[in-house]
Amino acid sequence: MEKTIFQYSCPGRIGVSLPALDVPETSVPGRFSRKDPIGLPEVTEGQAMRHFVRLSTMNFNLEKSIYPLGSCTMKYNPRLHEFLARIEGLASVHPLSPDDTVQGTLKIIHELGVYLCEITGFDAVTLQPAAGAQGEFTGLMLIKKWQEARGEGHRNEVLMPDSSHGTNPATCTLAGLKVVSVDSDSHGRVDVEDLRRKAGENTCAFMLTNPNTLGIFESSIKEITQIIHDAGGLNYMDGANMNAMLGIARPGDMGFDVCHLNLHKTFSTPHGGGGPGAGPVCCREFLSPFLPASTVEKAEHGYRLRDAGGNSMGRLLAFHGNVGVLYRAYAYIRTLGAPGLNEVSQVALINANYMKARLKPYYEVPNDDGPCMHEFVASGSAMGIHGVKTLDIAKRLLDYGFHAPTIYFPLIVKEALMIEPTETESLESLDAFVDAMIAIAEEAGEKPHLVTDAPVNTPVLRLDEVKAVKDLFLVEPFESEE
Amino acid sequence: MSIFVPNGKAQRDRMLEVIGAERFEDLLSPIPQSVRLKGELDLPLPVSELELKKEFKDLAGKNTSADLICFRGAGSYDHYIPTAIDSILTRSEFFTAYTPYQAEVSQGTLQAIFEYQTLIARLTGCDAANASMYDGSSAVAEAALMAIRCTGKKRILVAGSLNPRTMDVMHTYLDNSDFQINEVPFDKDGLLDLGSAEKLAEGGAAALVLQYPNFFGSIEDVSSAAELIHRHKGLLVVFADPVSLGILEAPGKLGADVVAGEGQPLGIAMSFGGPYVGFMATSNEYIRKMPGRIVGRTEDRAGNTGYVLTLQTREQHIKRAKATSNICSNQALMALANTVYLTLTGESGFAEVARQCWHKSHYLHKKLLEIPGVTGVFDSPFCREFVVNLPVSAQNAACALVDKGYLAGLPLPGLGVGAMLLCATEKRTKAEIDGFAEALAGYIKEAV
Repeated sequence: MEKTIFQYSCPGRIGVSLPALDVPETSVPGRFSRKDPIGLPEVTEGQAMRHFVRLSTMNFNLEKSIYPLGSCTMKYNPRLHEFLARIEGLASVHPLSPDDTVQGTLKIIHELGVYLCEITGFDAVTLQPAAGAQGEFTGLMLIKKWQEARGEGHRNEVLMPDSSHGTNPATCTLAGLKVVSVDSDSHGRVDVEDLRRKAGENTCAFMLTNPNTLGIFESSIKEITQIIHDAGGLNYMDGANMNAMLGIARPGDMGFDVCHLNLHKTFSTPHGGGGPGAGPVCCREFLSPFLPASTVEKAEHGYRLRDAGGNSMGRLLAFHGNVGVLYRAYAYIRTLGAPGLNEVSQVALINANYMKARLKPYYEVPNDDGPCMHEFVASGSAMGIHGVKTLDIAKRLLDYGFHAPTIYFPLIVKEALMIEPTETESLESLDAFVDAMIAIAEEAGEKPHLVTDAPVNTPVLRLDEVKAVKDLFLVEPFESEE
Repeated sequence: MSIFVPNGKAQRDRMLEVIGAERFEDLLSPIPQSVRLKGELDLPLPVSELELKKEFKDLAGKNTSADLICFRGAGSYDHYIPTAIDSILTRSEFFTAYTPYQAEVSQGTLQAIFEYQTLIARLTGCDAANASMYDGSSAVAEAALMAIRCTGKKRILVAGSLNPRTMDVMHTYLDNSDFQINEVPFDKDGLLDLGSAEKLAEGGAAALVLQYPNFFGSIEDVSSAAELIHRHKGLLVVFADPVSLGILEAPGKLGADVVAGEGQPLGIAMSFGGPYVGFMATSNEYIRKMPGRIVGRTEDRAGNTGYVLTLQTREQHIKRAKATSNICSNQALMALANTVYLTLTGESGFAEVARQCWHKSHYLHKKLLEIPGVTGVFDSPFCREFVVNLPVSAQNAACALVDKGYLAGLPLPGLGVGAMLLCATEKRTKAEIDGFAEALAGYIKEAV
């Protein structure tokens, strides 16, 4: 256990030095001044470093071992990209600099947009959304604005399968639209007949992740997107699972009209413990008038930022998006090129199918009617007879030195374990993880307490989430130091 | 085989055998031929690390703005960033980790967020804070939506002295539903016109949104605004600059119900606008209406202290369409930068940063007003940023000053052709300020 930084504080210590003030002072009017101390810690740089490094050692991370979180695409984050994004000339430019003084950055943003359009099969792009969920919001707003512009503003329903990411319905609410849930069929794919029944004159859009959240490709995708088009709606693809599709198939060729990408998944930018990500949105040309503010265009003399026209959905952030993240994704695509990106998806598919094949004798894999894509969903429900839940399996994996898969999602699979290895894991690493999963399945039968008591080899034992909600403790009280 | 993929032909063949597939193409059987990509993607040829480094250095060299001495703010500020911050941010344990869903192996991230929440709550004078939002502007927009949830009212009053980009973002977030935004004009001092606010608040409003210091750098009277909107049963949402809070009274202590802001000035590079981080803090009364992730302290099975994500029933992965927000990924690593920054500067260093910004911006203001023809625009007290009126086009002056090595203030054509919003942080030296004033004086003399 590590103390909080506030508990190291001692009056008079400081961790940074500033030049002495070299201009005359101007008094601060008393009525505006802060009355009491803020309560910031007072420590030296060395103490701060020791504290945060100690904290870091309590974190699992990608450079420790496999991080097979389904739908999160935890692939290796190249060290080079961290260097590139920090180059002084890129990192230190003001966002409201005149265009001709930021030609390097504008070129990277423009070229990255061109690459992403090629990868997705679309014509136009915005790189402004800060994350996948903001990309979804952007995509839905493009569709909504388009519907309004053609006099179909009454269309307020967004159809989506019951296996969709939680952000999909939450985004609909933010966009002022209504969710209509579409059933999945017995193979985990969209129930086409149910979709046909629900698509109609109020359909604004259809949202689908493809491959879907079960890791299954929607084989009837052309029929699905056609049904929506015939009903007067547009098709939105949640690109969270694009790591399966690079150079293999493109949303633009499947009948989708708009999609977002998660640069922090498919394009290797780091997750940062929860962010920053980036959620660029690619779309067909006819949706481009509705794109958010500030797109970069190539003009006669270099690149320039173009302000949005009157039909734009508006502005998502104060400035131009998570540009530092865009630098990294650009570097990734430049390093791999077309053959390298295609290899990414090929190996992601092989790795996932290999794990599925090895795990299948030990874990139920519902909806398994052929090859999966880059991930698959197993179930821990067979362990239920020993009193072992999927949560226990996940915690026991931590004891074995691995991160757990995504659990209890998608909601349509009981006791779900959603496993995505990514292409950057070696065969040895996949085998080690699978061996641990098999050992846990055996433990569940023979010594279930080992699983239900897990984890025991972690910085803390299993944590009480109910207490955290009941006795809310969200900040260190100031009084405790005084 | 690329440098990122360890499984070569030998391993792949072995794996395909275990899968029971003859060739890789068998795995593509669920994908109809009609949607498969024919041929290869049209992308530039792959390059090596050596070549890419060179390419990036060349591109960075084209960003001449990086060499300019910066007097521009308007939402992004050129503050000093202590070196130790990046040493922490580049640790694999922090930057390659995912959202801390498996709390037992994420205590580093979780405790750091707990400390971040504490720092933000103390800085803003509020009871609690969340784990971060995308940026300051989207945080304010989400704060407005939160006020709508808290009050059940659908109308938001927004001070006209709000950063216009933030105003744009508020419209993007709020215009989709039957919510209404009413802009309250500012008075001759550039401050919220309380009389107009009073009239607009009649009939009740969910919130009044006020920037502190406002877009023009002027220091708003938060207490009066709070008193006004509270009488009309609405919340006061303050969009606060965190550095200014080093010397100015915390908005939470002046009656603000929600305080949101942009964390970029606290140890984050300007990086052409991102990644930044939005913060959001509130009182105990409204915590459960807050969007975004929140970390709480709890105990493990042995009674040891530990941290977990808490109040998750507000969030999209549980509540789906009824969640308080659609936010999932946030800006965690940038929040960590804020945490390390506030730790390194600490109580006295942080106050010193704010104090130097105050003195240097006032010195800049004085020097500029000494130039013949340059006048002040608003008569109110300001902090770090202010507006002056040039006797020439501010746009033309800014262009000309680029050639002299300066990124001048931001032209504000809405306030007049000569209006310019300028800023001086603790990084600007007396010599730089004098040099800039001289260069501007020289330009004006020639141009008039």
